[in-house]
Amino acid sequence: MRPARTYPHRRDDVRLLVIDPAAPAGSGLRETRTPALPDLLGPDDLLVVNDAATLPASLRGTDEAGHALEARLVAARGGARFAAVLFGAGDWHTRTEDRPAPPEIAPGARVRFGALGATLGRQAALSPRLVELHFDLEGDALWAALYKEGRPVQYAHLAHDLPLWAVQTVYATRPWAFEMPSAGRPLSWEILLALRRRGVRWASLTHAAGLSATGDPAIDAALPLAEAFEIPAATARAVAETRARDGRVVAVGTTVVRALEGAAAQSAGVVRAGRGETDLRITPAFRPHVVDGVLSGAHAAQESHFQLLAAFAGPELLAAAAAHAERAGFLTHELGDSMLVLPGALAAHGVAGTEVGA
Amino acid sequence: MTHETQKVLQGQAALITGGSQGLGRALGKALGAAGARLVLVARHTEPLAAAVAEIRAAGGEAHGIAADVADKDAAAAIAGQAAALVGPIDLLVNNASTLGPVPLRLLLDTDCEDLERALAVNLVGAFRLTKAIAGPMVLRGAGTIVNVSSDAATEAYERWGAYGASKAALEQLGRVWAAELAGTGVRLYTVDPGEMDTRMHADAIPEADRAELSDPARVADRLLALVAGADADAAATAAGARLAIRVGPQGAEAVR
Repeated sequence: MRPARTYPHRRDDVRLLVIDPAAPAGSGLRETRTPALPDLLGPDDLLVVNDAATLPASLRGTDEAGHALEARLVAARGGARFAAVLFGAGDWHTRTEDRPAPPEIAPGARVRFGALGATLGRQAALSPRLVELHFDLEGDALWAALYKEGRPVQYAHLAHDLPLWAVQTVYATRPWAFEMPSAGRPLSWEILLALRRRGVRWASLTHAAGLSATGDPAIDAALPLAEAFEIPAATARAVAETRARDGRVVAVGTTVVRALEGAAAQSAGVVRAGRGETDLRITPAFRPHVVDGVLSGAHAAQESHFQLLAAFAGPELLAAAAAHAERAGFLTHELGDSMLVLPGALAAHGVAGTEVGA
Repeated sequence: MTHETQKVLQGQAALITGGSQGLGRALGKALGAAGARLVLVARHTEPLAAAVAEIRAAGGEAHGIAADVADKDAAAAIAGQAAALVGPIDLLVNNASTLGPVPLRLLLDTDCEDLERALAVNLVGAFRLTKAIAGPMVLRGAGTIVNVSSDAATEAYERWGAYGASKAALEQLGRVWAAELAGTGVRLYTVDPGEMDTRMHADAIPEADRAELSDPARVADRLLALVAGADADAAATAAGARLAIRVGPQGAEAVR
C-alpha cells in the first residue's frame, strides 16, 4: 500500500473499508466512502473522539558547537519540561531511519531552536536520543515560541510541507498531541451532525498522542511510550450509559482505544473521569473491555496500527481486509483512507458501497 | 468560606481579538473582573503587554498572544496557544478590525489592496478564528461567539465603503453561523457597539465631539451582561439578529 502524499480534496470524502466481525462469513467486508459513516452507526452508539490539537512538535536547532539537530517533542512533563527525541541534520524530507544521528550532547548541554533556548536534561536508558528538554521560557512566552519555531511532525512520504492547520481535526482543542490523531481527520461537521441526527452520541477525551516512529530501533520497539489522557465526566457517563443499553462504543483512533481501555484497566473495567497516564499496548491478544469498534486510518498488514485491529476482529477477516486494501490501492498514513472495524456495522440495510467478500 | 459573591464568569475561558485598545481592552478589563480567564490577541506586543498587565494588576487572569488575525497561518496557532494557556475557549469575541488608511477615502480613491486588507482582517480573520474555535465548542455543546460589527454595516456612510462592506459581510456570515449552529448549544451574537470614544474613532473622525461618544467601558459592561446571559435582548439576538448598543456618554440607555 502507498502512503497518501497530500491531503484529499475534501477531508470528509475518502475511501472507507468497513470490517464487520459479526457478519456471516464471506460478507464481513464492504468498501464505501466516509460520508456513509452515519449509515453504519445507530441510535444507541457512542462515537468517542480525541480532541487533542496537534502541536508544532518539530523544532530545528543547533547545539553549542553549531551542529544541526532536530528535536521532536513526544511528551509534556509539566511547565517548561518536555520529553523529546533528537535527530541529526536534515528534516522530514529524509526518512527517519536514514537520518544522521544527532550530535553527541550530554545532560546540561545547551541547545537553541531559533529564539527558543533549552537545556538538555536526563537521557533515557532506552536511548540517548530520548531526552528531556528544559526550555528557558514558560507560560505565554514558551507557547508563543513553540508556535513560532515549531512545525508539525511530518514524514518523508509527503509531497510538501504541511501547515499547522492541515494537521488538525475539526474539533481540535488543547494542543496535547505531538502527531495528529489522524483517524478523526475525515470527520467533518457534515458527518458529525448527520451522526447526531441519527441519534448517535458523541463524546470526547483528550489523549496526548506521541510519535509514531523515530527511526531509532530501541525507541521504536518501545512505542507508544506512556501517554497522558483526560476523560471528562460527561464522557465517562456516556460510556457507561452506552454499555448499559447494549450500544456500541466506537473509538476514533488508537489513541481513544488506549485512553478508554487504559482508564478501564486502572479501575476494574470501568471508565472513570479524570486525568491519567497509560502505557497500555493494544496487541492481538488484548481483549477490550469498553470499546466495541474502531475508526482508523488505513494501514498495511505489517504495520503496528493494523496489528492492533486484531484485538477487534479475527485474523481471517483482517487478512481479507488487508488484501482488499492492498489490491484496491488504499492510501495509508495520516492523510490517507479509512477503515472501520465494528461488529454489526453491515447489518443495517442500505449501506452504500460494494461488498468485497470475506 | 468567603462572603464574596460568585463572579459571573468565574473560570470561563475567553479570547478577545483586538484586545489591546478601545472596546477590546475595556472588555478585557470587564471580563477579567468578572472572573474570566482571558487571552488577548493583538498585533503589537507593547500595548498588548500593557493590557495584560492591567488585568493582572486588578487581580484577573490574562495572557497575551501577539498575532495578526489576517495572517492565514495564525488561526491554528492562536487557537492552540489559547487552549494551552486557559483550556477550551468558552467565549470568543471577534473584535479586531481595521479601518484601512485614514483619513478615510471615497470608494473611487480606495486602493483595491485596502479593500482586500479590510476584508482580510474584519471578515476572513474573524471567520478563520471562529472556525478553529467553534468546532471545539460544538463538540462540547456549549460556547458563545460575539462578532463586533458597526452601523457602517447597514448605513451607506460616504468614505466608509471598505470598512462597511467588511462588516456587512461579517453580519451576513453571523446570520448563517447562527442558523447552522442552532441546536448545538453554541450561541453567536452580532453586536453593533455604536460610536465610542476610542482611538479608532478618533482616527476616522478626528473632529468628533468626544462628549457625544459612548464610553467603551460602559459598552463592555453591557456586553458582559449579554454573554453572562443577564441581558434581556440576549434571547432575541441569539437567532442571529444584530444587537445595537447605544449607551451614550451620560448613562441614558437607548437600545436599537
